[in-house]
Amino acid sequence: MNTEVYQLGKELDSFNYQQVQDDILAILEKGSNAVIDMTACNYISSTGLRVLLYSKKVAAAKGLKVCLKGISSEVKDVMDVTGFSNFFDYA
Amino acid sequence: MHRVDLFPTHEYQGLKLRPGRPYPFGATVVGNMVNFSVYSRYATDCTLVLFHNREEKPFVEIPFFKEFRLGNVFSMIIFDLDYENIEYGFRMDGPFLPEEGHRFDKSRILLDPYAKLIVGRDVWGQQPNWDSLYQYRARVVFDDFDWEDDLPLETPVNDLIVYEMHVRNFTCGAASDVKHRGTFAGIIEKIPYLKELGVNCVELMPIHEFDEFENHRVSPVDGRPLYNLWGYSNVGFFAPKAAYASTGRFAMQVDELKNMVKQLHKNGIEVMLDVVFNHTAEGNEQGPYISYRGIDNKTYYMLTPEGYYFNFSGCGNTLNCNNPNVRDMIVESLRYWVTDYHIDGFRFDLAAILGRDQNGHPMSNPPLLESLAHDPILGKTKLIAEAWDAGGLYQVGSFPSWGRWAEWNGRFRDSMRRFLKSDEQVLSDVKERIIGSPDLYASQGRGIKASVNFITAHDGFTMMDLVSYNSKHNEANGEDNRDGENHNNSWNCGCEGETDDPDINSLRHRQVKNAITMLMVSQGIPMVLSGDEMGNSQQGNNNAYCQDNEIAWLDWNNLEKNADIFRYFKHIIKFRRQHKVLRYDEHLRHQDYLGLGYPDFSWHGVKAWQPETGHNNLTLAFMLNGHYAAVPEGSPEDHPDDFIYVAMNMHWEMHGFELPQLPQGMAWHVFANTGMPSPDDIVEPGEEPLTGNQHEVLVGPRSIIILVGK
Repeated sequence: MNTEVYQLGKELDSFNYQQVQDDILAILEKGSNAVIDMTACNYISSTGLRVLLYSKKVAAAKGLKVCLKGISSEVKDVMDVTGFSNFFDYA
Repeated sequence: MHRVDLFPTHEYQGLKLRPGRPYPFGATVVGNMVNFSVYSRYATDCTLVLFHNREEKPFVEIPFFKEFRLGNVFSMIIFDLDYENIEYGFRMDGPFLPEEGHRFDKSRILLDPYAKLIVGRDVWGQQPNWDSLYQYRARVVFDDFDWEDDLPLETPVNDLIVYEMHVRNFTCGAASDVKHRGTFAGIIEKIPYLKELGVNCVELMPIHEFDEFENHRVSPVDGRPLYNLWGYSNVGFFAPKAAYASTGRFAMQVDELKNMVKQLHKNGIEVMLDVVFNHTAEGNEQGPYISYRGIDNKTYYMLTPEGYYFNFSGCGNTLNCNNPNVRDMIVESLRYWVTDYHIDGFRFDLAAILGRDQNGHPMSNPPLLESLAHDPILGKTKLIAEAWDAGGLYQVGSFPSWGRWAEWNGRFRDSMRRFLKSDEQVLSDVKERIIGSPDLYASQGRGIKASVNFITAHDGFTMMDLVSYNSKHNEANGEDNRDGENHNNSWNCGCEGETDDPDINSLRHRQVKNAITMLMVSQGIPMVLSGDEMGNSQQGNNNAYCQDNEIAWLDWNNLEKNADIFRYFKHIIKFRRQHKVLRYDEHLRHQDYLGLGYPDFSWHGVKAWQPETGHNNLTLAFMLNGHYAAVPEGSPEDHPDDFIYVAMNMHWEMHGFELPQLPQGMAWHVFANTGMPSPDDIVEPGEEPLTGNQHEVLVGPRSIIILVGK
């Protein structure tokens, strides 16, 4: 099964969520797993957290995987205390 | 099939609109639309004010057109709003006639009474912009938290061990050793500690949004800033306190709190909220406009015939709880916390106010309390009343309950404190408290489960201070020591405050162990004050509501310093959880109704079976027969419990207690003896050694012994 890496930008919030969501879903649509490279990302908003979790759930429904990579300690911390990090695998 | 009502009908400054749905009140997201709805009986006009996040000036103010009103409700739908990046408020127009109860002022921007996410006080103690026209700002909430299979735990109420705690005080201390001090996330980090202690319910002091800067000033003693630390002063009834979340600066407090509840539930710990529906943060006539005063003053507040605020709360105003619309708001708030946050129960601050009518008179069947008792969504939610108010209404034992409401049993606190300090006038009352206060709760058939027992709570001395101070020492609060309770029933054991006298310190430790023993072997729901398990002190301050510093913060160094106290707490809590016979939900019969040769419960004195033989009303003993503890068939506890015998000697001399004889083949084993130094004061439950003398035990001065017959 193919795996495609998606490079996230500096921020993921309501200003760019639609594009990010569309891009990740396009990868899944092709039947590929997605690795979201968050190395550059230093802020993720509530909307952004939901984009990631939604992608993960769409993937699961298709028998695919979404995993996160290069996540900064600040972003990971936000995901930990809000409970979102528990849903993901990490590359 | 597509709906046909998803198209805008109006446009205003580039925003697409249509008439909203009046219900539900507040801001609700539906697809690409946000529905805004607000109720005001007396407003003549309303405007929705929208800001970009944290901006001082609104980017648009949209009037509610005539066709956007139904009855007394203003509602509109806005399409394609980037709602993560807007804050909203309302301007209300209407009469300013205080003598008639109206205080409308359209120059004010008002918080939605149903706001579910409030920003503006996002990082604790960070000075806000005091000139800002809109201080507490509503945002639209994400309500799609993934709970997986979590639900409220529905632990039987008589099995609860409640731990009353404050989000900030719990982990703010430097020695707490958590990453996110003073936050919901900090509590998650301490879950292993709570499990080790053995409590199965945390009762959080108010976590609804409030303003820590309310009544902000400096301490006259040391010049430190004083805050509204406790938060008994609501800004919003639907929104969590932003500054209690480590992610409050990102406005993620909703997700962080939900995650905390989910993690506590995973570990078998319920979450109860202390809710303050008796007043708001708007104070009296001199107070600020935050929301209710400007939205619909006459609806939300109890007013005198002259239009002044009734003050049954002692905090300036009184919420008009039995106005039908305010009642609905309270019910909806509670339903929301249960539905969206999976909260297990509520403790109602100054709950007697909830039973007053709109003129302040107590009602015999208050509709609000009845609604809550019968509410379908709250059907298995614990409801606990602080059954008094600041206006002199005291309803311990008589709070209207419909079989659903439990009460903070203030009589338990008072009687046990007096017994603890060897008051000779209180024995008969103490005996009622030990058996679940049948004098208060049996006649209405409310059962033992109506009684929440406690010796200490946030109001008043901590347990260590209860045995270290004769008088309160609240000078640092800046009210010349006038604030706080004067009748504490405390005894300092020979010296006021801290001492290096080993005898006094030893006695204090013993008295703390006596107190927690009285609590854990009594029938009813025990509530422990957070920090008592490590001998936390507030330096004699019995009203630390404003001390956001080491006076009120738990000093986690005490865990090592008072290791014997923590060990004792841990074992006695586990003992209670292991012995069903200590956790009846209905009152005892004191009869041998199973024909076992022993009653379910019996009183004793220094002579077995002779309760009248005691010393100066300062000794008592009782025995519980484990065969009577009903257990569901097939449950892990499906076997008869043990006999439990407790001898309390609050006399300053040692006394011998003759032991009742056990059935053939059974023998007495010692579980606890507070008169012994640690580690001989208590053992791991289940590991009790055989008692040398099966006929008599010697109970030291001011000591308690617990024996297990098995």
